[in-house]
Amino acid sequence: MDFDKELDARGLNCPLPILRCKKALNDCTSGQVLKVVSTDPGSVKDFAAFAKQTGNELLASAEAGSEYTFFIKKK
Amino acid sequence: MDDQKKMAIIATKGTLDWAYPPFILASTAAALGYETQIFFTFYGLQMLRKDLSGLKVSPLGNPGMPMKMPFGPKWFRGITWNMPNAIQSLVPGYESLATVLMKQTIKNNGVASIPELRELCQEAEVKFIACQMTVELFGFDHSEFIDGVEYGGAATFFEFAGETDICLYI
Repeated sequence: MDFDKELDARGLNCPLPILRCKKALNDCTSGQVLKVVSTDPGSVKDFAAFAKQTGNELLASAEAGSEYTFFIKKK
Repeated sequence: MDDQKKMAIIATKGTLDWAYPPFILASTAAALGYETQIFFTFYGLQMLRKDLSGLKVSPLGNPGMPMKMPFGPKWFRGITWNMPNAIQSLVPGYESLATVLMKQTIKNNGVASIPELRELCQEAEVKFIACQMTVELFGFDHSEFIDGVEYGGAATFFEFAGETDICLYI
């Protein structure tokens, strides 16, 4: 999937992946897509919840081994 | 009417472990778009000090705390070292040792430190209110606390808390 910015949140634990994601989204413009890679298993539910509550769209999420990838489109 | 969601937290504990919930919830709430305020009272004031080295964790009288080593091979890390209270209370520096080990475990797990989480809260404009009555009760001086803290009492807390969607006592 195409994306405009990438955030490496590997090795970070709750709530840091979400906080870093929020910060990275602040630097994006509306419609841009941010790719986030995380290793926190809790982030799967957290990113879905974050997207739902903030109105930013979670375009896709994927799991490969112990890594989780999210594509978030800024509102 | 302002439709931004709001959350208020009363933080009353002054130990390293109990410093986590207020700062984690407040920083996350701010990231989710909540206007957030933390009211620090009694031992919670410790979390506002410039020097946070006084935040410790005590396994004494805390049966829920697993005592495990943050280093060594996996089998060694798996051992639980919980000791009877009577022994813990006799060993000098037991609490400091537990705190050092806990901080290492926190680091190993990619969990943020308290100074880092507090800074993230401030960056996200979480408002910190310190209870002026307990500041005086405990003989603290405003100069011991970080910048950006407001000082007030119960009525100050209610002014914001009365309009919140979520209000927690920690």
